[in-house]
Amino acid sequence: MSLAKPSGFAGDLATVARRALRSLLREPEAIIPALTIPVFFYAVNIGALQDLAESAPGELDFKAFQLPVAIVFAVTGVSRANLLVTDIQSGYLDKLLVTPVRRSALLLGMMVADFVLVLCLSSLVVVLGFVVGVRFDSGAIGVLAFLLLSSAWGLAFTGFPYTVALRTGNPAAVNSAFLIFFPFAFLTTSFLPMEALTSWLRALATWNPVTYLLAGLRSLVSDGWVPDDLVRALASVGGIGLVTFSMAFSSLQKRVATG
Amino acid sequence: MTRDLRRSFGSEEAVAGVDLEVEAGEIYGFLGPNGAGKSTTVRMLCTLLGPTSGSATVAGLDVVADAAAVRLRIGVALQEAALDEKQTGREILELQGRLYGMKGDVLKKRIDTVLGFVDIGDAIDRRVGTYSGGMKRRVDLASALLHEPEVLFLDEPTTGLDPVSRTKVWEEVNRLNRDLDVTIFLTTQYLEEADVLADRVGIIDAGMLVAEGTPDELKRQVGSDLVVVELEDGAEIAPTELERLPGVTAVSQHGHELSVSSANGAALVSDLVVALDQRGVGVASLTLRTPSLDDVFLAATGHRIDPGDEQ
Repeated sequence: MSLAKPSGFAGDLATVARRALRSLLREPEAIIPALTIPVFFYAVNIGALQDLAESAPGELDFKAFQLPVAIVFAVTGVSRANLLVTDIQSGYLDKLLVTPVRRSALLLGMMVADFVLVLCLSSLVVVLGFVVGVRFDSGAIGVLAFLLLSSAWGLAFTGFPYTVALRTGNPAAVNSAFLIFFPFAFLTTSFLPMEALTSWLRALATWNPVTYLLAGLRSLVSDGWVPDDLVRALASVGGIGLVTFSMAFSSLQKRVATG
Repeated sequence: MTRDLRRSFGSEEAVAGVDLEVEAGEIYGFLGPNGAGKSTTVRMLCTLLGPTSGSATVAGLDVVADAAAVRLRIGVALQEAALDEKQTGREILELQGRLYGMKGDVLKKRIDTVLGFVDIGDAIDRRVGTYSGGMKRRVDLASALLHEPEVLFLDEPTTGLDPVSRTKVWEEVNRLNRDLDVTIFLTTQYLEEADVLADRVGIIDAGMLVAEGTPDELKRQVGSDLVVVELEDGAEIAPTELERLPGVTAVSQHGHELSVSSANGAALVSDLVVALDQRGVGVASLTLRTPSLDDVFLAATGHRIDPGDEQ
C-alpha cells in the first residue's frame, strides 16, 4: 500500500516556497546587488540633486521624495526566475513534474519567496530613510501600507522574468529581461516632480504605472492618507500584476503541457 | 501496458508503435542505443509527455486520462539524476515526501527507511553540489522510492557512472525488487546491465520494439553457440556457402564479421576452419562463445549498439 496521497494546494505551495526561501538564503550573491543598488542611487541622487531640487519654489523634501524611488530600484525585477531556469536546464523541474504537485504551486511558491524578499528589501530601505531623517506623515500604519504597496509592486513585476524563464529556459534571456526595468524606473518621476519634467518625458510618464506607484508611495510619506493617490497606485500595481501574472501562468501552462 | 504507442516531434517519429506488457513485480529492461526512443517512451509512461497516438496504462491507470493518479503510484529517477545542488540530500527527500502528502514522524521514518536502501551515509546532510555522480544517483533513487511506489521507472540509471558505482546501483535495484516487490521499468543502453538486472528485455531500435523476451530466450533465438569469424581485409565468402555445413543453423555477415550459429559450436569449429581454408578465405580471428544480448541486438536490428554509446 503506497504512502502517497495528494498534499493539497496549500501543502504544495508551502513546500515549494520553503525550498525557494532556503535557496535564497544560500545565494547571498542574489540579494547583495538588490540591496546595494538602491542604497547607492539613493545616496548619489540626494548628493547630486537635493540642493537643486529643494531650491525650486515649493516645499520639496528631496530625501522623502527619493525614498520611494530607492524602493522601486530595490524591488523591481527581483525574482527566483534564475532558480526556475536552473531547474528547467538541469531537469529538476521534470523531477518535480512527475510528482503530484499542482503545477501552479511550482510558480506561486517561488513568488511567495519573492514577496518575502522584496518585503525585507523594502523594510531595509525604509530603515535607511529613517536613518537619514525621513518621517511618515501617515504614521505607523502608513509605513506598513508603504511596505505592502512596495512589495506588491515587486511581486507584480516578477511575472516578467518568470515569463522569460518559462518561455526560453535560458539564463541569459532571464538576465536580459532586467532591461525592462529601465523604462519603468526612469521614464517617470524618479528624479523630479511631474511638473518639472520636459514635455516628452511628461507624456511618457503619464502612461507609466510607476508614476502612479511613486505618487501613492510619496503621498504616504509626505501627505498622509490621500485616497486618490493610493487608489491610482493600487490600480497601477494591480494592472501590471494582472498582465504579468497572466503571461507567466500561461507560459507555465505551455511549459508543462504534455502535447 | 502500451498499445501502439507513438510519439512524433514534427515530422520525426521518435516512438513508432510500441506494444509492451510488463508484469507486476518484474524488472523490465528496455534496451536500445541513444536516440532509439527509450527516454521518450519513459517520459510518456511518466506523464511528462503525451502520446501522439496509441495508449498506455501504468498501475492500471491511463497515463493521459488519469495522469494525476498515475503520478501518485510511480517513482521516477530520470536520466542524469537532476537534483537541486543548493539543497542537502535530506532536504531533497523531505521536499519530495511532502509533495506526496507525507509529513512529521511518518516522513522522518520513511526517509530513514529509504536511506537504509541506498548507501549514502552522513553525506545525506551535505549539499548535493558536493556529491559525486554515484551519490546523486543514489539520492535520486531514494527520492523515487520515498512514497512506496507501485512502479519504479529508472531511465538509464548508470549512464556516466564508473564501474564500481554502476555495480552498486545494480545491487540496489536488485535488492529493491527482491525486498519491496516493486515493479521496475529500466531503460539502458548497456547490454550487460539488461542481462544482469532484467527478468525480461525489450529491444527498441528506431522507435520500434524489435525483440522481447527473457535474456536467455532472446539469446537462444540466436543459437545455443556462436562462432564469430573475423575475416582478413579483402577476404570474402558468401554466407550461404557456410550454411551448407553440417550443424550450422544460421549465418549472418556484418562487415568483416561472420556469426555462425550452431547447437554445438565446438564440433563445428574444425569443419568451419577447413571450409574457409579450402576456399582461400583468410581469417583474422575465430571465437567460440555463447550468444550475448549484443548478438541478439545485432540479429534483430542488423547493427550493433553503437560502440560510442558504451562507456
